[in-house]
Amino acid sequence: MKLSAIPYSAIKALRRNTMRTLLTALGIIIGVGAVITMVGLGQGASAEVREQVNRLGQNVVLVFPGDRQLGGVSIGGGSANTLTVEDARAIRDEIPEVVASSPEVRSQRVLVYGNRNWATPVYGQSQDYLQIRDWPMESGRMFTEEEVAEAALVGVVGQTVVQELFEGADPIGETVRVRGLPIEIIGVLAPKGMSLMGSVQDDLMIIPYTTGFQRVSGRSHAMVINVQVFDEGSIPIAQEKIRDLLRERHRLAPYQDDDFTIQNQEEVAEVATETSRVMTWLLGSIAAISLFVGGIGIMNVMLVSVTERTREVGLRLAVGARAPDVLLQFLIEAVILCLLGGLGGILMGVVATELIASWAGWPALFSVEAMVLAVGVSAIVGIFFGFYPAWKASRLDPITALRRE
Amino acid sequence: MELSGITRTYDTGAVHVKALRGIDLTVEAGEFLAIMGPSGSGKSTLMNVLGCLDRPTSGRYLLDGIDVASLARSKLARVRNRTLGFVFQAFHLLPRTTARENVELPLLYREEELSWKEIHRRAARALDQVGLADRMDHTPNELSGGQKQRVAIARALVTEPRILLADEPTGNLDSRTSLEILALLQDLNEEGITILMVTHEPDVAAFTSRTVRLRDGLLRSDRRHDALAARTAISNWVDEDEDDAPHTDPTGPGPAAEAAGVDA
Repeated sequence: MKLSAIPYSAIKALRRNTMRTLLTALGIIIGVGAVITMVGLGQGASAEVREQVNRLGQNVVLVFPGDRQLGGVSIGGGSANTLTVEDARAIRDEIPEVVASSPEVRSQRVLVYGNRNWATPVYGQSQDYLQIRDWPMESGRMFTEEEVAEAALVGVVGQTVVQELFEGADPIGETVRVRGLPIEIIGVLAPKGMSLMGSVQDDLMIIPYTTGFQRVSGRSHAMVINVQVFDEGSIPIAQEKIRDLLRERHRLAPYQDDDFTIQNQEEVAEVATETSRVMTWLLGSIAAISLFVGGIGIMNVMLVSVTERTREVGLRLAVGARAPDVLLQFLIEAVILCLLGGLGGILMGVVATELIASWAGWPALFSVEAMVLAVGVSAIVGIFFGFYPAWKASRLDPITALRRE
Repeated sequence: MELSGITRTYDTGAVHVKALRGIDLTVEAGEFLAIMGPSGSGKSTLMNVLGCLDRPTSGRYLLDGIDVASLARSKLARVRNRTLGFVFQAFHLLPRTTARENVELPLLYREEELSWKEIHRRAARALDQVGLADRMDHTPNELSGGQKQRVAIARALVTEPRILLADEPTGNLDSRTSLEILALLQDLNEEGITILMVTHEPDVAAFTSRTVRLRDGLLRSDRRHDALAARTAISNWVDEDEDDAPHTDPTGPGPAAEAAGVDA
């Protein structure tokens, strides 16, 4: 048969029932839109994770406090008090591959400036922290080793704090109060964006750990020790040496497990990427189910359409259509219906992703592959769910089909 | 067309319905044949067999020298498309589709593909042939019954078939319109197309040149008669009607039937 007539008559048949066509396509639109949105958000998260790994700093190794075994019983999780300021110093001073270290303590505190206040994470760090994180200053300066040594009341703040507490004005030289302590702002950090866990990294204040530990957070032990190794190749050796050093310092007997965990940035990245990948799959499969349901809708409508148009099929057969011609006609109709849904779905997906991304502040990523895939999948859905009704139509007997009222 | 010993048995579960019980019939090219009979006599079944829509249970059916009784379904579709044209009682036009597109339909299933231009041209010509050149872009619900049947005839003609099969073509039309359609069929017959028409109205059969009657699946009578008389009568009648419109008595082709001298 004349092939170019098939899509034409298919579109014509679909237009004869505009409302039904739109409602049926809506099933596919929602399905494809959901897939695109979920995959877009998932991929955005993965890309963000990868970028974060790079932003984590250069050749960074993180030491977390681990389980402490006491007579075979594990006490405390990641927040165990096993890492001290002295551990951090020892790592820097005794391991040649390590160029910098910073014991970290973090607590959520309210900063007061004039009649304004702002709750933000306050980090206690060493003077080397910004170097470890590869984090430039925008203005002002970082505190010095001397200021750390004398537990000076100075701090640097991120962009969010500048916006929220100082309303964008230059904060350098101003004093904020944290738990009653007057802390002078001496520097502003360059914007950094979001962290691995999706929090805004620019919302923070960094003060010397000497001030941070007892006087601001009230803690005695480090929550993390940030360590910088001088080159990438030395990371495994450095990790091994840190382990030996800490075991020795913590006086762990050979039969005892480590009371700390050492991770390099690759490992951190893997965990985070794995998490976001699982999420992407999970969300994607839920979306795929809705696409499947949409496909069932297509089958349903095509079956109704075939029944309704029995006489049309009979006539087509009478004037010379062969069974494959009829099959193809209904199949193409289902596929066009699905492709319409696919295109609408892409549109809906892009809009929904943008909305969600801007509303929730998540990164989103659109790949051409995802869209091509969505359209391909909707065509396959059309073929899959359209085949049975089309086959049914092609099996009709022209005589009975023509006589059907 | 040559049928010999055609039977058709329907197998509906336990019951065998013998719709045709041995039909021998030869139709020469250029004939205008009426198939008559009461309902249940098998005339529709015979029409389906003649139209290659159905295959006989046994017997030989030569169409243009080819035995079509044994052809496969897709081959039969080709024969229907190339050689036959169908006109139905219920018109069977696609709804919400213009007259032109309805007429183009059989051309889309041509074995040898035609260009769209050629398809449009042929459809326009067929519609012109049935006098509907000015209604090409009307959809069926914008057309009267007679016009719909003309579109259906144009659709049957567009493939330039040798044989036209008409199943009660006037069954849904009033007498006046029926006359027009029958006159049109006669014109087509004069142009050389073989026409087979199923009807149960003797008045309608009068317009043909030969009438066969069926009863209980067998051919009971076969008469040739002069269709020209009927034709003359009808042309006079139509001419008169055009002269003194509005016309008063649309009840039927009474004079035509008399002139043809058919045993009703």
